[in-house]
Amino acid sequence: MTALLEVRDLEISFSGLSAVRGASLTVAKGETHCLVGESGCGKSVTALAVMGLLARNGARKATALRFDGTDLLGLDERAMSRLRGNRMAMIFQEPMTSLNPAYTVGSQMAEVLRRHRGTTRTAALDRAVELLTLVRVTSPGLRIGQYPHQLSGGLRQRVMIAMALMCDPELLIADEPTTALDVTVQAQILRLLADLQKDLGLAVLLITHDLGVVARMAHRVSVMYAGEVVESATAANLFARPMHPYTRGLLACVPVPGKIKPDQPLGSIPGMVPQIGRDFLGCGFRERCGHARPDCAGTIPRRALGPDHDYLCQLEPDATAP
Amino acid sequence: MTGWRNWGLWLGALIVGTTLLVGMFAPLLAPHDAFAFNLSNRLVPPFWMEGSKPEHFLGTDQLGRDYLSRLIYGARISMLIGVTTVITSAIIGVTLGVIGGFFGGRIDDVVLFAITARLSIPLILVALAVVSLVGSSLTVVVMTLGLLLWERFAVVARVTTMQVRTLDYVAAAWSAGCSRSHILFREVLPNILSPLAVVATLEMALAILLEAALSFLGLGVPPPLPSWGLMIAEGKEYMFFSPWVIMVPGLSLFVLVFGINLLGDGLRDLLRTGRTA
Amino acid sequence: MLGFLARRLLVAILVCLTVLTFAFALTRLAGDLAISIAGAQATAADVEIIRKAYGLDRPIVEQFFDWVRRAAVGDLGQSYFFKEKVSKLIADRLPITLTLGLVGLTIALTVALPLGIVAALNESRVVDRLVSLVALLGQAMPSFWLGLILMITFGLHLGWLPISGTGTWQHFVMPGIVLAFSAIPALLRLTRSGMIDALASDYIRTARAKGLSRASIILKHAARNAAMPVVSIAAVQLGFMLGGSIVIETVFALHGVGFLAWESISKNDFPTVQGVVLLLAIIYTLLTLIADMFNAVLDPRLRAS
Repeated sequence: MTALLEVRDLEISFSGLSAVRGASLTVAKGETHCLVGESGCGKSVTALAVMGLLARNGARKATALRFDGTDLLGLDERAMSRLRGNRMAMIFQEPMTSLNPAYTVGSQMAEVLRRHRGTTRTAALDRAVELLTLVRVTSPGLRIGQYPHQLSGGLRQRVMIAMALMCDPELLIADEPTTALDVTVQAQILRLLADLQKDLGLAVLLITHDLGVVARMAHRVSVMYAGEVVESATAANLFARPMHPYTRGLLACVPVPGKIKPDQPLGSIPGMVPQIGRDFLGCGFRERCGHARPDCAGTIPRRALGPDHDYLCQLEPDATAP
Repeated sequence: MTGWRNWGLWLGALIVGTTLLVGMFAPLLAPHDAFAFNLSNRLVPPFWMEGSKPEHFLGTDQLGRDYLSRLIYGARISMLIGVTTVITSAIIGVTLGVIGGFFGGRIDDVVLFAITARLSIPLILVALAVVSLVGSSLTVVVMTLGLLLWERFAVVARVTTMQVRTLDYVAAAWSAGCSRSHILFREVLPNILSPLAVVATLEMALAILLEAALSFLGLGVPPPLPSWGLMIAEGKEYMFFSPWVIMVPGLSLFVLVFGINLLGDGLRDLLRTGRTA
Repeated sequence: MLGFLARRLLVAILVCLTVLTFAFALTRLAGDLAISIAGAQATAADVEIIRKAYGLDRPIVEQFFDWVRRAAVGDLGQSYFFKEKVSKLIADRLPITLTLGLVGLTIALTVALPLGIVAALNESRVVDRLVSLVALLGQAMPSFWLGLILMITFGLHLGWLPISGTGTWQHFVMPGIVLAFSAIPALLRLTRSGMIDALASDYIRTARAKGLSRASIILKHAARNAAMPVVSIAAVQLGFMLGGSIVIETVFALHGVGFLAWESISKNDFPTVQGVVLLLAIIYTLLTLIADMFNAVLDPRLRAS
């Protein structure tokens, strides 16, 4: 498997406050990589940093940030903007506000192709219709003339997906694409994303807090906590043998029919995500962890459990029983 | 907020405070009689120019009256106009706005209509016409401006009352069976005071500028009262040869209004950060 | 949309009627109009003659409805001082005031829009602070004083522009600048805050994620959405400018409607004053109406509802 996106030791801070501290992850060509964690753990800013879309007061630093061999850190804004929407695309959590209310769906979709491919307006609109059909929007010819406010949330998210695919990107970053939608629509959008991924051979970096989504979609999973990737594994391995106490805690919060008895209480993780200052050292989870030891305040080793599974913890692989 | 904004707030307060004090103690501060003219001593230039006289720091006007003394009395008139106009218009505007925002429905429609109608009436023109018809005096100018400048108070009072009315603790007071007047005076009024303070500074600045414009056009404060606008009007004939006769009162007006606006801006930022903190 | 416009139109008509009443009441403030018209030297007999001649001896209600009926068809009465139809007086001078207003608005927009956008793009930085300072300074500038200073500087010392009068386009430059000054602060602040809101929005993040050029993001995606409040305030400001032209036209001796108003006020020529007040109110109301319709064009959401 070749790495399409490689993030090594990414650090992000906002006006001195640390948001991500040394996150690493690799997205291979044609695979779905899920980035999981609770809100505020740094999933979204990691994605935005990859796209070069951090807010003005955000600063990113990394030992490597490569897209298909290109060093993204060395690219200026112009060069970055030629990649964005073209070879790497992104969709967001809020379909209701992510489209510009002042322009038609068609013109917003068409401008992507016109910008990156220099196609004519008509050709770009044709492509828009084609893609709306691909994302299973009914009567696409009508839709391109409509304004965002005339569409439902699910429809808008489909438009966002279609818009992201206008230039046949190799990487699609989806930041909680179904969180704001109704449950039934969520399932449709997820199925669509899974199908598109398979049919187009897309690499998808899917950000979610929902382990159900991970189970359905992921080839590979990275679990983030307090600005760090605490565990990374193939989806099968992660669900079979979660190593990091936080991952275990997360999995314990999910009811699995058959595995859990009706009266048995669901798991929960006590405490709150800590405030991470600039000189915070050690494991961010130690305050909430049942296995915490004095050396959790020091440098934490990254332990490997086979070639496809590693985690960030003081605990040896055999120190705890799952 | 950063120091820059606070700097503005303090500078604004300093300018307004100084002008207020100067106005209050004008009789004590003025070195000469502001009304006594001396035709043999006309248009003496101020201290930075050649031919100035030490006893007339800012020179004299076309009738030989001491310019500094007139300026000091002018501060008194500007502040008097500013403060009384704001009080008058605040009473009208806040009453209308709170009634509209609090009761809503048809009553609110009427208030909104009054605001719209007021906005469509050309301000200066009507003020000029009224002063011309009734006769110019300080009281007439204050009343006219006060009766015309209420709409921003009404707009802000109306909107903030609507917001406050829907707040949880006000709803709680309703359900606890508090009377209408209790809610109005205990819950609503205290909460709309701070945005109204900002409006008050804006309106004060506007009132002072308007008075100056009316006096400049000869339909404001009647001579020989030394309104800054009137001083500019009287100096207009001499401005090509002695530009300082319009520079001195004009700059004073400019600095005072700038100070009031700085104060208002600073207050707004203070309130905004206070709300989010 | 149509319902919305109909409602707006109804309010506009009601506002005009209110102003009509107000303008009528205004001229009765002085007490006996006939005495004012006749002047201080007139005898009681003269006053009686004038009272009859102008129909002021009729009941006040009758006079009012007479005035409304005539005003509705554009007849604003006869000027006491100019001995002409008020409507003709106004029509003759309106072009100058409208030119002045449009010049002022153009200058104001040319200054305020770019500055507001630049300030928004540099929010909280030095540039932004400087722009806010410019807005504050502009707000504090007494317009008639600024006019006089410009006259001294550009008219007298530099000799670039004519000091007063109407003849050429140069005559409109200084008054236009002065008039623009009164509108710049509000336009500037609104452009700035509108752009800051727009730039922080999700659709701008989308536009950036699409790899659009900076120019397209700022001018096409952000500015379009920031424009709506600016359009509304621009219309309001143009209305205020036309109303405020009375001061500037007097300073620069531009013989427009404002100057006419000032002359008629000082000559106790009430029909003309009434007429100008009514006209300015109607123009203002029309302007806000036009702004609403323009916004409906800008915002598809308004069109639908």
